[in-house]
Amino acid sequence: MTWLQDHLGDVLDLTVRHIYLAGVPLILGLLIALPLGWLARRHRGLYPILIVGTSLLYTIPSLALFIMLPFLLGTQILDPTNVIVAMTIYTVALLVRTVADGLGAVPEAVNQSATAMGYKRGRRFMSVELPLAVPVISAGLRVAAVSNVSIVSVAALIGVAQLGSLFTDGFNRAFMEPIIVGVISCVLLALLFDGVIIGVTRLATPWQRAGKASS
Amino acid sequence: MKRTRIALAVTAAAALFGVAACGSGSSDPLAAGGSASKASSGSIVVGSANFPESALLAEIYAGALSAKGVKVDKKLNIGSRETYIPALKDGSIDLIPEYTGVLDQYFNKNAKATTSDDVYAELKAAVPATLTVLNKSAAEDKDSVVVTQKTAAKYGLKSIGDLAPQAKNLTLGGPPEWKTRPTGVPGLKRVYNLDFKTFRPLDAGGPLSVQALKNGQVDAVNLFTTDPSIADNGFVILDDPKSLFAAQNVVPLITKSKVTPTISAALDAISAKLDTATLGQLVKEVVVDKKDPAVVAKEFLAKNNLG
Amino acid sequence: MINRIFAWLTDGAHWQGSDGILRRLVEHLGYSLTAVIIAALIAIPLGLYIGHTGRGRVFVVNLAGAARAIPSLGLLFIAVLWLGPKFSGDIAFLAPAGLVLIVLAIPPILSGAYAGVEGVEPDARDAARGMGMRGPEVLRHVELPCALPLIMSGIRSATLQVIATATIAAVVGLGGLGRFLIDGLAVRDTPQTASGALLVALLALAVDMVLALVQRFVVSRGLTGRYRTAQTFDSDAGVTPPAPALQHSA
Repeated sequence: MTWLQDHLGDVLDLTVRHIYLAGVPLILGLLIALPLGWLARRHRGLYPILIVGTSLLYTIPSLALFIMLPFLLGTQILDPTNVIVAMTIYTVALLVRTVADGLGAVPEAVNQSATAMGYKRGRRFMSVELPLAVPVISAGLRVAAVSNVSIVSVAALIGVAQLGSLFTDGFNRAFMEPIIVGVISCVLLALLFDGVIIGVTRLATPWQRAGKASS
Repeated sequence: MKRTRIALAVTAAAALFGVAACGSGSSDPLAAGGSASKASSGSIVVGSANFPESALLAEIYAGALSAKGVKVDKKLNIGSRETYIPALKDGSIDLIPEYTGVLDQYFNKNAKATTSDDVYAELKAAVPATLTVLNKSAAEDKDSVVVTQKTAAKYGLKSIGDLAPQAKNLTLGGPPEWKTRPTGVPGLKRVYNLDFKTFRPLDAGGPLSVQALKNGQVDAVNLFTTDPSIADNGFVILDDPKSLFAAQNVVPLITKSKVTPTISAALDAISAKLDTATLGQLVKEVVVDKKDPAVVAKEFLAKNNLG
Repeated sequence: MINRIFAWLTDGAHWQGSDGILRRLVEHLGYSLTAVIIAALIAIPLGLYIGHTGRGRVFVVNLAGAARAIPSLGLLFIAVLWLGPKFSGDIAFLAPAGLVLIVLAIPPILSGAYAGVEGVEPDARDAARGMGMRGPEVLRHVELPCALPLIMSGIRSATLQVIATATIAAVVGLGGLGRFLIDGLAVRDTPQTASGALLVALLALAVDMVLALVQRFVVSRGLTGRYRTAQTFDSDAGVTPPAPALQHSA
């Protein structure tokens, strides 16, 4: 793969941009989805509305959202912010249901014990419900991460530089190597995101390991 | 304590992404976005359209400007003219390589000129107030309607007008923007009275178009005259006696406020050295030999003492 | 902006003709359904086999996750560059894109079939054997019906994926609703792009609703518990059927 050797620097640069464009929305999306998911659980009536609403958002084709956002947000046409906002919308759409279901999977007995011990609602949420919901939320986050890495590459069609640019450049010159390198890089990047999320989840749920060790 | 562990984990994750974000933000316009592209005089953003020749020309401009000490950022493969001109107007990019004829027709709905100098003069008058064009080069790359040798022989085609009787049974291929562009399908109808059976949107003179013509999905296709695949496949370029595709000299289109003596000198020097044969050769190296546009640009600049 | 989109959509001229909305809608539906059906024909038997015999499960478990990571745009370009020159006529556009659509649709369906069979209650399997059924009969009469919810879920996920990818496939010359997006992008005709986007979203929703209906009728009532209509469920479960294990992708 001499092409890759000659262009390692460029590929790495594009990869870093890709990490930024796919990763920042993950964090933003999670931060937005947490309160929304909590709301969906708290007010039962909101659950179907939020779920249907976010599913609708998810069916909008990514390319269309990238194109329309400059008009809706007033940003410049080539601004990567468009991609970040669009990806955040998709992440939120994926995660709201996961967060709601994750919080719902916490056994009611645990919640009641916490209340009995004197935990007020806010502290109960932070110390009991959220940590217990972490495994489910993290599963959803992994799906979102992999999905994001793949969708961001479509932004190459509107000129935003990231790994997808390898696809368009290669195709315009009928040159396979950049495209193949790009595809493999995307897959590897997705695996990397996946691994990081698994690692962070492990750190955040020590009781699962303790449970296994003692059994 | 549970809470400390969670706090640590979240901080670790945030730090990881923060590092990635910072790493990308420091050296490139990503973190700053297009608008804050440091209006410090002497820094410029070069864009290109979504085909290899445009990217190559953009690399040549960028290389020459860097050599003269100008800070250059590149945003290549943006899209069609309808996409990047607004980007030029809103400051996302400052400079882009263009072609006199089509640019003239883009800004001036009543463009009439056809010869090189006339088109250039008309263009200079038609360009919006915030933009300007520098000197044109002798290098030309025109749109053209191309058919296979077999088709040309079958219908006795030499010029575009010869397609008129056959057009209603034939399929035309071209970039999606051709459907509405004045030099595209409407232009062929207006000037040569061609009414094709169907128009197939493909790409801007890229592998889709070449393949479609070779495999018979289209009978005629839009290719650029410097495209090496025309010669490679024995395609026939149909003559354009009525000059639907007026003269198309390569010319830099730039935001007026970004023009400095250094920049215009560097770009004019390139335009002086570029001619059609050289351009064709350079494009061949990028498209056929699969060399990197940046590398080909550097070699060209070195050979001509411009970089 | 909304006015312009509305105006574009209600313009009668945009609905007729060879690049009218109706034609593109039918094309898009055609590509998507064909790809999903072919993928299902490959993936369901394979998934049932793997779930039933347990061979190759490590492969399948990782496949769905890995496949979601493959960027469809890159795959499309590779397929066109590789396969395009080998065909002539319109097949040269349809074959590469069709191949990519099928390849992308297989993992969710395969996963669903495999997980469905794997998740069958051991008691049910045991009871079937006790009744004298042998391997293939157990598969056909017990495991397949019990796996249906997850298989349908996989099919719905795959269909969404395919509809989304078929939209992007317009970049390589395919027809369908993606044409409005790509052609609109090329000339910066935002009402056209936005209308295309809206149409794709509506199509995806409509198809998903139809599939949900199919799921309702095909899946045995014993599984969904629809007999017990009078009993009030724990409101935690909401009004939706048991949440599918698979998520949307792309």
